[in-house]
Amino acid sequence: MLEIRFHGRGGQGAVTSVELLATAAIEEGKFAQGFPSFGPERRGAPVLAFLRIDDQPIRLRCKIANPDVILILDPSLIRIQKPAADLKPNGIIVLNTNKSLAEARQEYGLTHTLAVVDANQIAKQVLGVPITNTTMLGALLRATECVKLDSLKGPLQERFGPMAAKNIAALEEAYKQTVVEEAKS
Amino acid sequence: MGHRKGMEVSIAVSHAVALARAEAIAAYPITPQTHIVEHLSSMVANGELEAEFVNVESEHSAMSACIGMSATGARTYTATSAQGLALMHEILFIASALRLPIVMTVANRALSGPLSIWNDHSDIMAAKDIGWIQIFVKNGQEAFDHTVMAFKIAENSKVLLPTIINMDGFILTHVVEAMNFVDQEMVDKFLPPYSPRHTLDPKSPVTMGAFAMPEIYTEVKMKHQVTLTDSQQVITSVWDEWANLTGRAYKPVERYKADNASTLFLTMGCLGEVAEIAVDELQAAGESVGLIELRLWRPFPFAELRAALAGANLVIICDRALSPGGAAPPVLAEVRSALYALSHRPQTLGYIIGLGGRDVSPESFKDIYAKARMEIAQGPSQEFYLYGVRG
Repeated sequence: MLEIRFHGRGGQGAVTSVELLATAAIEEGKFAQGFPSFGPERRGAPVLAFLRIDDQPIRLRCKIANPDVILILDPSLIRIQKPAADLKPNGIIVLNTNKSLAEARQEYGLTHTLAVVDANQIAKQVLGVPITNTTMLGALLRATECVKLDSLKGPLQERFGPMAAKNIAALEEAYKQTVVEEAKS
Repeated sequence: MGHRKGMEVSIAVSHAVALARAEAIAAYPITPQTHIVEHLSSMVANGELEAEFVNVESEHSAMSACIGMSATGARTYTATSAQGLALMHEILFIASALRLPIVMTVANRALSGPLSIWNDHSDIMAAKDIGWIQIFVKNGQEAFDHTVMAFKIAENSKVLLPTIINMDGFILTHVVEAMNFVDQEMVDKFLPPYSPRHTLDPKSPVTMGAFAMPEIYTEVKMKHQVTLTDSQQVITSVWDEWANLTGRAYKPVERYKADNASTLFLTMGCLGEVAEIAVDELQAAGESVGLIELRLWRPFPFAELRAALAGANLVIICDRALSPGGAAPPVLAEVRSALYALSHRPQTLGYIIGLGGRDVSPESFKDIYAKARMEIAQGPSQEFYLYGVRG
């Protein structure tokens, strides 16, 4: 089972992301759960969202405690939440940042395998707004291949209708620009 | 027939209600139930569901409106949670006494106070004696299936009782997961239109809900009690019919790896699946442990439960509600009552878990198993425990 935890702020679309990914994984014939950290979410407040993907039916009904992957939509959350603290030793961090790999590692003290992309820049260019959740899906697919890009297109179409094409373009651009580096031992 | 799709479970429930061709819905939004009626309301507004959707100012009015609409012969649905169910309380008894086959989803949530929007079973346990059929589901598939089946059970002329489907708030309602859906044609064959025995109709006036003198009140209550108890036959036959159509079989008391187990967990709702993982792991480690999942809460399936538990030495009953100051939390109390008449009965120990959204993992069940075994070895110091309370 693959367990991914999204770290964002209310309004950044973390919950939408896990729903899209879960739907896509199920379209591929797998089993998946996508769900939010259930709480009084407010725009701007820290929000968690959870994704599980497996070949077997999933029977867990609890939060993800030790994720395989964390995806950080907003780097300002790193100091507040320390999201990598309970990440598995061989886990992956997917980070939205305008910093380079080396700068990001130094600034945030990250030692796991790290994938970085400047999703704000891409989202502003392609979507016209700095909402990075669908853009960051491209970075996630580059770092983990948890679902196929083609499987995401249907759910994106269903969710965004006429806006789907732009979201897919932003996702594909992020896929190209994402840089991944293995863990520092 | 049917198709597999990923969807938020609340939305799947609203589709089940639409497939059942509900004709009348009255609801007031309350977390975590809101997505169900929100989606139904947009289906009605978009012309996808031909139904009357009545926006009301409270749950007290929602249930009152449901009673009125059901009395006219309309297939009627609503959904609520926690304080919403509590606000309906006096009307819930009237719905069942009038024998109106309303179907309601309760997205189980902790009752305030302190204010909590999160999941436990304190809402439905405060309403266990309302005279409705009450069923618990443990995943999205079951929530979908049982929503459709509930209408057929409730409307059966031998039953004519309102029915509640309990689904855990958030940890079930708000999860996108895979479900197998059935098509309209199949549901139409399975569930014919509701043909009420009596309706409120100005052309042919009848009185519903008249008062009862002491000479008749007890007899009415007896009839209600007998009908609710006997409804189990209809419930299981509807479930069997569904199993023949879909291959998905349901029983009032589900057994999971329980054969010859010395210790049995007993759960209700979607923590059953979490307990299944713990049972798998404990059995792999050589422990003699199994799981009983209680699906049917009202009518209480005494015979099946006794049969399922009789061979065990210890039953660990997991409640998700407290009965403050009472002899035992609600499920423990009922299970003990069911076992009391047996000459050889297992020991019972109660653990109250997952209150107000507290996370429950497979490790929680394994920890409870270890603690319960130790308690039994030493002689229990209490009859039930609030699990995981911090010092």
